[in-house]
Amino acid sequence: MELWNLSAYQVADMVRTKQTSAMDVLEAVLSRISMVDGSPGKLESGTHTSENEQKVHSFITLTVERARRQAKAIDDKIASGEHVGLLAGVPFTVKDIFVVKGTPSTAGSRILANFIAPYTATPVERLEAAGGIMLGKVNLDEFTYGSSNESSAFQPSPRNPWNLNRVPGGSSGGSATSVAAGEGMVSIGTDTAGSIRQPAAFCGVVGVKPTYGRVSRYGLIAFGSSLDCPGPLSRNVKDAALTLKIIAGADQRDTTAVAVPVPDYVAALEKDIRGLRIGLSPDYFTIAFFDHQSGTLQEQSIDPVIRDAVYHAADVLSDMGAEIIEDVPMPHTRYGIPAYFVISRVEAASNLHRFDGVKYGFRTQDRVSDLSEMYRKTRAQGFGLQPKLRILMGMYVSAAQYSEQYYLRALRVRTLIRKDFDVIFDPLGSYRLDALLTPTTPTTAFPLGAVYGDSVLMQYADQLTVPANHAGVPGISLPAGFDKEGLPVGIQLLGKDFSEDKLLQIGFKYEQGTAFESWRKKTPNI
Amino acid sequence: MADEITQDVFRHLVGLAALELNLEQEEYLRHELNNQLKAIHELAVIPIDESTPITLHGITYTPDVLSPDRQDEWVPYQNPEEIIAQAPESEEGYILVPDIPHEELE
Repeated sequence: MELWNLSAYQVADMVRTKQTSAMDVLEAVLSRISMVDGSPGKLESGTHTSENEQKVHSFITLTVERARRQAKAIDDKIASGEHVGLLAGVPFTVKDIFVVKGTPSTAGSRILANFIAPYTATPVERLEAAGGIMLGKVNLDEFTYGSSNESSAFQPSPRNPWNLNRVPGGSSGGSATSVAAGEGMVSIGTDTAGSIRQPAAFCGVVGVKPTYGRVSRYGLIAFGSSLDCPGPLSRNVKDAALTLKIIAGADQRDTTAVAVPVPDYVAALEKDIRGLRIGLSPDYFTIAFFDHQSGTLQEQSIDPVIRDAVYHAADVLSDMGAEIIEDVPMPHTRYGIPAYFVISRVEAASNLHRFDGVKYGFRTQDRVSDLSEMYRKTRAQGFGLQPKLRILMGMYVSAAQYSEQYYLRALRVRTLIRKDFDVIFDPLGSYRLDALLTPTTPTTAFPLGAVYGDSVLMQYADQLTVPANHAGVPGISLPAGFDKEGLPVGIQLLGKDFSEDKLLQIGFKYEQGTAFESWRKKTPNI
Repeated sequence: MADEITQDVFRHLVGLAALELNLEQEEYLRHELNNQLKAIHELAVIPIDESTPITLHGITYTPDVLSPDRQDEWVPYQNPEEIIAQAPESEEGYILVPDIPHEELE
């Protein structure tokens, strides 16, 4: 196996034991990037050769020299017998929504295209302190607003490595594509409605949305502050466990990062799953969506291939000793998206007010008569359509005359969604589940351009992931095979607060239980 | 069903949001906003007891999970010039902006 294709834990072990060097691993990954990635996303992308069209386009900014300095520092430390961390020599990518000192930190938006961050986000700082090598910043939907990456101001946006005419999902699309295409062993993304798990499912990788507050949001350019969760994406469960172990934990610079001790997620993988109770809910096998053509709410079953993958996983886990509990009610699942339309927009509008052309980022070059006109022109020219849409909706539903009807009602619905989870995970209740097993997405990756522009339909791509964000509970998406078109299928495990160790443990056992299935041998043809 | 966000309401929102839009953007954004509101109206059919509390975060911040507040101490930043240099326009350590409009309050 080539160095770029090794797992993070293998690389860290080989670097620490001098079987290879951090520099050799880095150069192997850089070579892989130059082979598969094509041109990075740019504001003025221009026209492309047909060869460039057939590339993955994960990156906005590749920080090669910075990475080489880090790799050399790791190799020097090892040569002199100094301690190196758990991620020694492991190249990783960072969703360009995290600030990293001295690098462009764009959020995929023209309004931050020229912003060079003066400090580093806590999760990135921790990965680097553990010996990880940051390769650069990967593309995303503008300000994370989307589920396909097509809204990025930096084009070409990432393509799905399994089929370059399909979207990678989003908003952590560049994170998922970079890991799936071998352009880094792990990545960190963020998940506000499913933005780690949905692209992970679409690209056939593992994605973890930790419990809200498990990982610090310091240095994260905020979208929905009560929903945003940083987390890892990787090619296997053990790498996700290793990465989460490094980035999790309290942070004095983020009061919402909790003081709950961080378990050894890697050690937890070895535990037996015999006797664990895993639920299946019919409410996760049907999706409801608003059809604005007919003006009615439509219901349909999820893609049968995805449903079958979930039931197959249940069989695999059952064979390993887990107890499968069927017909678990999650009655408020279908209200996750309507509530999210309100709550996330109010928070987004609030967070986007800071972008005004005064302190940093883009300012209009047009002649203006006063400060107000400068604000309007800067925001008009700096924001794409998706941020504008969220600002307008956030202002409308939080206006004094509508807030009871919309915002406060959505926050009460959020309580009901949380209660659904409280009931099924209650250790003294009827279900006493350790995890809920569900599909991650209603469909596999959709074609580029098929949904983009329809903001309602795009949002419903997150229908099965968003309840966990409302409830704050952790979730993990696992690769679970392919559909007949060769597109990856993802399954999801959801657990109670701070049960990431258990979800990773179940995921690891599922990975072991399916290790010899033929689909595991497939690799992207890029 | 009539659009909930009319042209007048929309233009008011655009002003409050400190945005400027061309006609094509106006048309797209108002259409999407009204479609999203139709989806949001789904929330109206849920029977909710008025005593149901609101949830601002999924998890509950009980004292045992809260991190202690850090000391409220002033920590000088090492390179303020670096921060000022990010401003689109600055002079002698000050950030410059166009004229600030004033209006007389009655």
